Amino acid sequence: MSIFPSECGHQSHQLHRRQILQTTAGGLLFTTLAERLARAAESTSQRPKSLIVLWLQGGASQLDTFDPHPGSKIAAVAARKTSAKGIMLAEGLEQLADQMHRVVLVRSVMSREGDHERATYNAKTGFRPDPTLQHPAIGAVVCHQLHDQLDIPRHISILPGQWGARGGYLGEQFDAFRIGDPAEPVPDVRKQVSNKRFNSRLVDLREVEKSFRRGRLQQLDADKTLQRLTTQAAVKMMSSKQLSAFDVNSATVAERRQYGDTPFGRGCLAARRLVGAGVRCVEVTLNGWDTHTNNEESQRALVDQLDPAFAGLLRDLEHHQILDDTIVLCMGEFGRTPWYAGLGGRDHWPHGFSVCIAGGGANGGQVIGETSPDPSRDPEVARGQVVQPCSLADIHATVLHRLDIPYEEELQTPIGRPMVISKGTPVPGVF
Amino acid sequence: MWKQHLAMLAVVVGSVGGLFQLTRVERVDTHLSASPRTDAQSSSVRQSASAVDVEFSEYWQEKGLDVAEPATEMLVIRRLSLGLAGTLPSLEEIRALEQLPKDERIDWWLDRLFSDRRYADYVAERLARAYVGTENGPFLMFRRRRFTHWLSDQLHENKSYDAIVRDLISGRGTWTSNPAVNFVTVTFDQEKERPDPIRLAGRTARAFLGVRIDCVQCHDDFLGTVELGEADDPRSGIQRDFHQLAAFYSGTRVSAAGVRDETEPYKVQLLGDDGETSLLPSVPFHCDLLPAKGRRRERLAAWVTAPGNRAFARVTVNRIWALLFSRPLVEPIDSIPLHGDLPPGLELLASDFVDHGYDLQRLIRVITATRVFQLDSRGRFEVLPRHETGWAVYPLTRLRPEQVAGALTQACSVSTLDADAHVISQMMKFFQTNAFVQRYGDLGEDEFDDRGITIPQRLLMMNGELVNERTKTNLLFNASSQISTFADNDRDAIKAAYLACFTRPPTASEIAYFKDRLQETRGGTRSQVLTDLFWVLLNSTEFSWNH
Repeated sequence: MSIFPSECGHQSHQLHRRQILQTTAGGLLFTTLAERLARAAESTSQRPKSLIVLWLQGGASQLDTFDPHPGSKIAAVAARKTSAKGIMLAEGLEQLADQMHRVVLVRSVMSREGDHERATYNAKTGFRPDPTLQHPAIGAVVCHQLHDQLDIPRHISILPGQWGARGGYLGEQFDAFRIGDPAEPVPDVRKQVSNKRFNSRLVDLREVEKSFRRGRLQQLDADKTLQRLTTQAAVKMMSSKQLSAFDVNSATVAERRQYGDTPFGRGCLAARRLVGAGVRCVEVTLNGWDTHTNNEESQRALVDQLDPAFAGLLRDLEHHQILDDTIVLCMGEFGRTPWYAGLGGRDHWPHGFSVCIAGGGANGGQVIGETSPDPSRDPEVARGQVVQPCSLADIHATVLHRLDIPYEEELQTPIGRPMVISKGTPVPGVF
Repeated sequence: MWKQHLAMLAVVVGSVGGLFQLTRVERVDTHLSASPRTDAQSSSVRQSASAVDVEFSEYWQEKGLDVAEPATEMLVIRRLSLGLAGTLPSLEEIRALEQLPKDERIDWWLDRLFSDRRYADYVAERLARAYVGTENGPFLMFRRRRFTHWLSDQLHENKSYDAIVRDLISGRGTWTSNPAVNFVTVTFDQEKERPDPIRLAGRTARAFLGVRIDCVQCHDDFLGTVELGEADDPRSGIQRDFHQLAAFYSGTRVSAAGVRDETEPYKVQLLGDDGETSLLPSVPFHCDLLPAKGRRRERLAAWVTAPGNRAFARVTVNRIWALLFSRPLVEPIDSIPLHGDLPPGLELLASDFVDHGYDLQRLIRVITATRVFQLDSRGRFEVLPRHETGWAVYPLTRLRPEQVAGALTQACSVSTLDADAHVISQMMKFFQTNAFVQRYGDLGEDEFDDRGITIPQRLLMMNGELVNERTKTNLLFNASSQISTFADNDRDAIKAAYLACFTRPPTASEIAYFKDRLQETRGGTRSQVLTDLFWVLLNSTEFSWNH
């Protein structure tokens, strides 16, 4: 836990790598000894265990949410102060503003993908689309790299959109398990017949399987089909008490209210319950940010859903003492143009947009990078105006590194092609 | 909600047809028209298949592999249906097949499939993945549905494959009036406001040449994985190879009037250079086959499809082989050595394909007439992984999601769910298949992944809506209820269920086992047992794996 172990192990008694760097003259006197001490602290400190991705499908407008540029000519909505000194958020994010001391706001994310599908792929996997390979989403990587025993799926997507979180070359077993509004029952886990009939079906199925195995590979099930193994696991999941983690209806009214009475709010509540039960990665989607027309009104309606859910999630994770165990990542596939197009809309803008990172020991209350208050309409010029730019791959590397996943290592794809887990570099100072 | 409306409508409109579905079996053969083949054609197909058989026999002998016995003709027919139509033969089709002499059944079934729109639609969808991926593509100027319909039309007419590919590469016009151009417009880069020559070059090389040249987009090949040049002078790929291929697409533009060609130099900064270089279009091998004159894309199309360009024929054979076996002859499917060792059969099939005018249907006939296609998937010897990799048994491969859905909806319907089926049945099939595939998970372009089934997929099969809806008591639509009601006895009921789900009759021990379940049941209880039997068969490996 710490290079100077304390009896209670509380975080306040622990010395982290960052603190060591700070105490050694702000990192300027980064001696060999300091390096060793820092690495020792890092390797033994408590790591977060889970990841929650709040996915803003369609591309949220950074100006109407996390990067309002008050007082500039591109400012669109009023900005308000937050609990983090010097950080302003767009009007409407009042509850989140009170939680900003927990949030690292990266305002300088850039990508080269301006099409929804390709940009979603890029944001969810950290790689640009490659026609010869399907990369895994970050949640799939986390599940692949971190092992545990759980009856319920370890990678879950709530309210998934068109382009879900896939296992890619890691295999379909790492695809996110998809559920809709958590107010509804979990799909496909309820028997359609009585227990007696169901068990009788399973007995008959074993008989049919026995017949099929004759004359085939000896280890047909274990080496190839996984039929018996997955059937057993599925049956186990159907009766698992862990399923109750999905059931937001059993939460108290107060608990539910703090997230907002929306599917997305219930999704965030379910995410908190699921990571509390040991699930590794939960993605919750808030769709509809693609506001080519009537941007202001549409974004405001979405902000009204995002604000209580995001803030409620951070509060509730803290309340259950699992905020340090859980990284919360809030992002979309790109931002939106700093100017209005026709019909009061904003178009796609991958040349400088915002990503929020909280929990998991994040150094909340800071902003990393900045976009220009007077951006050029020429994308190449605009990209040059972004201060401290980082890529979506860098965001992935930051999260994976914090989860102690060797993001620089290579994995083997099914055809034997080595593929690095992440091509990014962790953004300094986030954790 | 739509399902309830459909069901209610179905009760009104389809009740009469539904109740008498079983009796239609007797008249199936009157509307199963086969396109006649001449004896000469059949003989030529057999001759080509025999040559492939010889190569495989030598290969098996060299590897010391025991070889499986021939599969039953009904099993071969099942493979054909799954590979070429993404579904199973219906119970009524099986009854019609049973009326034919045994040695005519496979050819007759192929004739029927080729005349059935399900073949063209299914194969078009599979090929479209290789041509335009699975992306939705740019809004308005990419029309996936138009593209696959167009492709389906070409396959239905059995247009020669080289002509189809020439249309894809060099097509002009709008994405609606000439849907072939969607091959180009899917790569439209909204920022640069033109199709992306880089993506088009990569796609052309993989889909039509079986060469993964993408690897040299950014640097010369230093791993020795991209072999180009001529057979007598092979060389590693260099960055220029990729960009000179991309240069064929550098002048391709898209406007409201559609895809057109301009002449624009292709400029790129090669690795290590200080500035940009202008590159002229060129090809990475068989330079002698490239026409000197013509529009850039027309020249490229002519070169790709030139009879001397073996790479084009080989990759096509590999792709069609993969449709039929659920596994390509060379893996990955789009990476075939230009000059290296090739597996048995590939060169012979490629030659036959070129010599017979790039006729896809003939290629399918030849492959399916080979011994290797008609082998059993089990052996009387100890089957080891090397028997599967060496094609000494028919490989056991997991069905694709749409094949599972197609097989499931068909198995649960006594009558054939083809273009002649009642519109309600077709609509139900369409919506049920889409919903199922969405939950089961689409494999995307990664077509031939034979990993085992996942837990969510098992849950979907055990408790999901489609299996439940299609196996529960419903005399109008569901085979389980109709069999329960109309089968003369328990044996016939079990046999019908096995034929519908497994395309084979049950063994004596299987009949004995399930007869116990059915014994002395009547009415609702009997229907319940049949529902359970269907559930068991649909949840089995035999159902959800090609074998």
